[in-house]
Amino acid sequence: MIPAKFEYIKASSVSEALALLDKHGDDAQLIAGGHSLVPAMKLRLNQPGTVIDIGKIPGLNSIKEDGDDLVIGANCTHHQIATSPIVKQKLNVLAQTAKSIGDIQVRNKGTIGGSLAHADPAADYPAVILASDAKIEVEGINGKRSISGSDFFQGIYATALGSHEMIIAIRIPKASNGVYLKFSHPASRFAVVGCAAIKNGAGISIGLTGVADHAYRASAVERAYDGDAKAASEHAVDGVAVMSDNFASSEYRSHLAKVFTERALSALG
Amino acid sequence: MQIKVSVNGKEHISDVVPMMSLASYLREVLLLTGTHIGCDTSSCGACTITLDGKAVKSCTILAVQADGSEITTIEGLAKNGEMHPLQSAFKENHGLQCGFCTPGMIMTASGLLDENPNPSEDEIRHGLEGNFCRCTGYHNIVKSIQHAAESMK
Amino acid sequence: MSNYIGKSIKRREDNRFITGKGKYTDDLVLTGMTHLAFVRSPYAHAKIKNINTKAALAHPGVVAIYTGDDCGNFGVPCGWQVNFKNGDTMKEPPHPLLAVGKARHVGENVAAVIAETLQAARDAVELVEVDYDELPTVTDAKAAIQPGAPQVHDDVPNNIVFDFQIGNPKDEVNAAIESASHVTKLNFKNQRLSPNAIEPRSYIADYDVNADKYTLYTSTQNPHLIRLLMCAFVLGLPEHKVRVISHDVGGGFGSKIYHYTEEALVTWVSKQIGRPVKWTSDRSEAFLTDAHGRDHVTTAEMGFDDNGKIVAFRVHSEANLGAYLSTFSTACPTYLHGTLAQGCYTTPLINVDITAVFTNTTPVDAYRGAGRPEMTYILEHLMDTAALEMKRDPVELRRINFIPAFDGVNQPGYQTQVALQYDSGNYHATLDRALEMLDYKQFRKDQEESRTNGKLLGIGFSTYIEACGIAPSAVVGSLGARAGLYESGHVRVQPTGKVSVFTGSHSHGQGHETSYAQFVADTLGIPIDDVDIIHGDTNEVAFGMGTYGSRSLAVGGSAIMKSLDKIIEKGAKIAAHKLEAAEADLEFAEGKWTVKGTDKSITFGDVSLTAYVPHDYPAGLEPGLDFSSFYDPTNFTYPFGTHIAVVEVDKDTGKVSLKRFIACDDVGNVINPMIVDGQIHGGVAQGVGQALLEGVVYDENGQMITGSYMDYAMPRADDLPFFETDRKVTPCPHNPLGVKGAGEAGTIGATPAVANAVMDAISHLGIKDIQMPITPERVWRAMNS
Repeated sequence: MIPAKFEYIKASSVSEALALLDKHGDDAQLIAGGHSLVPAMKLRLNQPGTVIDIGKIPGLNSIKEDGDDLVIGANCTHHQIATSPIVKQKLNVLAQTAKSIGDIQVRNKGTIGGSLAHADPAADYPAVILASDAKIEVEGINGKRSISGSDFFQGIYATALGSHEMIIAIRIPKASNGVYLKFSHPASRFAVVGCAAIKNGAGISIGLTGVADHAYRASAVERAYDGDAKAASEHAVDGVAVMSDNFASSEYRSHLAKVFTERALSALG
Repeated sequence: MQIKVSVNGKEHISDVVPMMSLASYLREVLLLTGTHIGCDTSSCGACTITLDGKAVKSCTILAVQADGSEITTIEGLAKNGEMHPLQSAFKENHGLQCGFCTPGMIMTASGLLDENPNPSEDEIRHGLEGNFCRCTGYHNIVKSIQHAAESMK
Repeated sequence: MSNYIGKSIKRREDNRFITGKGKYTDDLVLTGMTHLAFVRSPYAHAKIKNINTKAALAHPGVVAIYTGDDCGNFGVPCGWQVNFKNGDTMKEPPHPLLAVGKARHVGENVAAVIAETLQAARDAVELVEVDYDELPTVTDAKAAIQPGAPQVHDDVPNNIVFDFQIGNPKDEVNAAIESASHVTKLNFKNQRLSPNAIEPRSYIADYDVNADKYTLYTSTQNPHLIRLLMCAFVLGLPEHKVRVISHDVGGGFGSKIYHYTEEALVTWVSKQIGRPVKWTSDRSEAFLTDAHGRDHVTTAEMGFDDNGKIVAFRVHSEANLGAYLSTFSTACPTYLHGTLAQGCYTTPLINVDITAVFTNTTPVDAYRGAGRPEMTYILEHLMDTAALEMKRDPVELRRINFIPAFDGVNQPGYQTQVALQYDSGNYHATLDRALEMLDYKQFRKDQEESRTNGKLLGIGFSTYIEACGIAPSAVVGSLGARAGLYESGHVRVQPTGKVSVFTGSHSHGQGHETSYAQFVADTLGIPIDDVDIIHGDTNEVAFGMGTYGSRSLAVGGSAIMKSLDKIIEKGAKIAAHKLEAAEADLEFAEGKWTVKGTDKSITFGDVSLTAYVPHDYPAGLEPGLDFSSFYDPTNFTYPFGTHIAVVEVDKDTGKVSLKRFIACDDVGNVINPMIVDGQIHGGVAQGVGQALLEGVVYDENGQMITGSYMDYAMPRADDLPFFETDRKVTPCPHNPLGVKGAGEAGTIGATPAVANAVMDAISHLGIKDIQMPITPERVWRAMNS
């Protein structure tokens, strides 16, 4: 397998990458780890004319504490996040999520920014992004903006990211009491259902991925929760158009969403 | 495009097209055919190498992305004619049959043991979740890695 | 004395594999080599109205483009003719190298683009314009035989390839089932599987215009068979001008037996363009074009008397053969399937009735086990189900029905109701040992407890038998095989006493270079390092039928044994001459001939040297020590064993986890226990894969929706536990090594054990049956219906 012809440009700074994006327009794609883009290009499902490599831009792969938040650079690999002492200490649910992605080789190369921009409806991160009220910090030629998870994920492979924008970092409030549980697809290991639950004081928040065409915040569960995980989890798919595929029908997927919501709630400390 | 990589301790400067995967570069340009391509889309793990010390699937990395990297392939694992403990353990424990997935298995295991020199059975099995073997049922692969870990202590 | 036989000698082939020095076909690069890429049908069934190659031909680097118009008169044959019940010949429409007029499954070759680079070939494929007229499709065997179903081939009414039956007269079997005191009946689908050897198929053809000779490098399990089929039945080439080389092959499991259209095509193309040409399948192509396995829709009934004895067994299946007949496709649901319906049981009346069907799907052929896993699943799944229904213990139900032990020497072989005569067996022995390994009583206690704890433990049994060591030529010939199934074995003793062995078997993971050397070294009494095993090249090996059907050691090993006998016999003449003794006074042991009762002896090495430097030599005896033999088995071999699976079902999600897997197999004598254990492990994993994970699924338009590793689930390391294995040994009485074969046993035994374990875990909830693959959703639905 071999991709259709394209031009490759390595960007050495964010401003250079943005200028290139601006110049090449919709014909250009950014590559970081490449673990979503390269297979699609080889299968010729995606045929960009220009590929802009942002993988080696300095400063995009750091993990920092900033007050109540962690700021995760877009180029941080899943493995880096899964094993980062700071993440494990301040936001273990994110480390847990990162560790559940793919396999070790994929985690060593795939990046959080790439995964979020690709927006696979069965990707793992979106559940925790939503549950934690994280913000996706993006930059375009006209400036920076910060997008909330619920605005960011819009559909299958569809996000609020403009075609001239790139993800710079993810800003996530620290949370000591959170859990991500996942029912993996036996082949792809993507989430058939993935549930992130976070407890903050008296409140809880729930993000579900794999269930619908994009991850969502299970607000009906959050409202209904009064300490009874089972009763609240019955609302996991309220108002949601649940996906159906060869492995899991929408009925079964709905059931799994409830089971994993209940399990995640029960696992909260 | 010109890239400069260090492969198994040797520096190479090559001209490659951007479409070429790192796996194809290793196989076709450097003639290191021990890195195998089983699915070419990062599912099967046969193409696993270490890139800057980390196990990665070379089929899903463009050769141009690897510019400036240090790479180890299965051919570079033995040092001074001495087999790496993982290579010996795979032979000793019958951790391979047709041999096609083997380089990827060994390179993945080498990454695994670098990070976790004392893995449990469960950690080994999870550590191999990115590698298919259709011959061994993984039984002797897991055993091989356990034995290698033991002998590397 | 055995220095090597029975010992777990480490594999000599491993050195190259663990250092990355294996030589697989795609690793080869020939000077001037071009690359071939296919235009493949995106439709399951479509008329090809026009193919416009103009733009593609103009693409830089393109060397040539071919379509069915150029080579459509060449087609690959089916290797086994099965006739209709009424004696009519089976339907065998042409299987062209490139589609002619119509494409009949998604992925069928429509055009071949040859270019200087793979990049140019792939790019040009996208420039070939094919004008298709989509036709209605049918992918399901039962649907395909309904009146009015889409016709896959115009001249095959109702898409029926043939119908077939074996066993006792149907009315007798029906009557016995009707009067049985208990009948267990199941309807199920033995789902379609994709073999998925991790090395994709790869072919390189190199035509030498001056010598008018071809070399084909191919990832095949049987280079000679490919040469025979391609030369005699496809391209009409003189065999002595064609060399087929199969170096290291990365797994086969059946899928690399067959002569594929792509293989003949690259050979033909190489002559057309006068240059070498390579094609290596990618994984998507592998899913669409490597022959699939299984795909039977079955109704099976087993009748029992009041004591639990089986009184009759009948099976009716539709076997889906896909769009074309692959090499062994017709043998799988018939002679490799119906003949196994006796199982290990004394069933007096058996009838197996099969309808083979064309559909708009990838051709189906032998996949690890080939017909035998399908029958074993029917039998063993029925046994556990019957035990549940009759509230009998599944172990006791089997014991009541087991054929008593027989060694085939002091007791005769067992004549089945379905043509075969079993060679030797002791079915209680493997069952006893497996139960010991399990601790059955303790398990039942744990199971009781598990149900009160909310976890559902289950246990499943499978006491399988299989027929391998394929196969006596006269028998298979009378059944329609278009080739003999013997094997060749050539032993060349070099002047210095070193030994080169040329075998028609082909190792693609089985370790022949080691296990063959073990018995050769022991038979000649020489060090194993003095023995080299050569295979995989038609110019080196005289002839061969290759490796499949667990036949290598039983058939290929026996051929080598015949040559070794001849070596020893001739060596004795030389030794007698040198020792000035009568041949009858000599004995051969530990690598030397000794005059009985004396210390006068001559070594194998000295005799070898004498054979090649025959100065002081027996009168009239030819120089040299070099013999070739063909061995045609007198019977199949019949390995058997007991497999036990222990599973836990997650009550909430329906997910099944395999907790333990116990296998006690009897594969006859064992040359290398380590290798045999490895074969069982791998076989079991594939069997578990079928039970729990794998399945090719087509949508209503004939599009494969499981055509990648993102959708087709195969066992990974964390899906499986360590396997617990042991063995019993009942030697095969009819081959010189007493071996039966171990390649497929694991797969054949494992699938029903796992499925039965799931049923055992959940049947107390009122569940009658569950279909494979037993996915979490299926379990959840069963538990909640």
